Amino acid sequence: MKNNDIIVNIVRFIVLVFLQVLMLNNINIAGYINPYLYIFFILMYPLDGNKGLLIFLSFLLGLSIDIFEDSGGVHAAACAFIAYIRPVVLKYSFGVSYEYNSVKIKKADPMERLTYIASLVFMHHFVMFSLEIFSVKHILLLLKSTLFSGIFTIILIVCTLVLFNRKST
Amino acid sequence: MQQIIFFFIRNKNFLLFAVLFTISVALTIQTHNYHNDKYISSANYITGGIYTFRNNVADYFSLGKENEQLLQENLMLRKKLDQFKEVVNVEKLDSTFLSSKFTYFTARVINNNYSKTKNQLTLDKGRKDSIKIDLAVISSKGIVGIVSDVSENYATVQSILNTQSRINAKLKNSGDFGSLKWDTKNPNIAQLIDIPRIAKIKKGDTIVTGGRSTIFPEGILIGTIKDFHLDNDDNYYYVNIDLFNDMTSLEHVYLIENNDAQEIIELEKGVEDEEQ
Repeated sequence: MKNNDIIVNIVRFIVLVFLQVLMLNNINIAGYINPYLYIFFILMYPLDGNKGLLIFLSFLLGLSIDIFEDSGGVHAAACAFIAYIRPVVLKYSFGVSYEYNSVKIKKADPMERLTYIASLVFMHHFVMFSLEIFSVKHILLLLKSTLFSGIFTIILIVCTLVLFNRKST
Repeated sequence: MQQIIFFFIRNKNFLLFAVLFTISVALTIQTHNYHNDKYISSANYITGGIYTFRNNVADYFSLGKENEQLLQENLMLRKKLDQFKEVVNVEKLDSTFLSSKFTYFTARVINNNYSKTKNQLTLDKGRKDSIKIDLAVISSKGIVGIVSDVSENYATVQSILNTQSRINAKLKNSGDFGSLKWDTKNPNIAQLIDIPRIAKIKKGDTIVTGGRSTIFPEGILIGTIKDFHLDNDDNYYYVNIDLFNDMTSLEHVYLIENNDAQEIIELEKGVEDEEQ
């Protein structure tokens, strides 16, 4: 990781936590649909960065959201999970080559990029909602929340990518 | 020995993940137990401070509505006071004789959620303002929840929109008791269970808190009956209630302390001990 990357990631971490707890957690479309944009940090973490560090940082990121939301450790668990599984998802969405010729997530093929984002978002939401709801009786609520919140999150992440890409060119 | 060390080095990411995941699941399970001491809660100095800041800004947008509501409440209290004056000669009453079983506090809601299955609110008053665990929380329109955790300056409230809440409630007309719970589907509708089959109930009846709990005073408004049906065993009614309170927009709330709670709990405990 370059120096520049470290600063960008620290700023991104802090901004995303604040954005999430002050604004995005209060949207509540139809009473329960919220986007969870903060996992943008995990998606955009440099591909050549230390994997152990990413798992730890993701845990911290999730825990910060949990402290604000009074939800115990549901976000922390979901974040640690997708941080751990990320290399596998990278491999099947961008092909084996991602490790060698450093694919840029921002410049990758749109379809591959969408696969990558959608898989991680749905995995994160599924783990998070199953821990939060924690009962087999409400399985329908779990699937519904995962699907709708997931779609909302994906749209927001794609929008964020488009916005920031334009700025840099 | 070397093999073991190599094993750890090879799997260090997995081990790190496993440890962190276990910690977070443990934290999650801990929140599923009602008021155990919580280490991770929004009633701490930093998050409380940030939420207060947000509310200071956001409060201005709802000032009109809040004022209207307070006016309505004042009007109602005035009417009640007038009715009271007609019956009793108030001149003779000195405030020292007005000792009440309940002590009231006010607080502001600085964080409110209603989209999860275990919802919590955060208030801007804490131990410093003599707020304690298990105080009742109501708004001018009706019941809100029970204080579940207190820090120096903030308190968290377990909302009635929480699958773990069980509150003693009764039908205002017939006085039949049941418990209030929430099925997570709609933040404006709660459920009343365990109303016996013989009870006379009809649509639109008012539900209030029952006097059987040491937390809530009797007769705090909850809602009206939306619809009802018998449960699977045909012994009890399952009632859907339209809440009077709009749980999605709470600003100012009252906290009620039952000064006799300690005495009642000790007495009941004494009886249980004798039985054993």
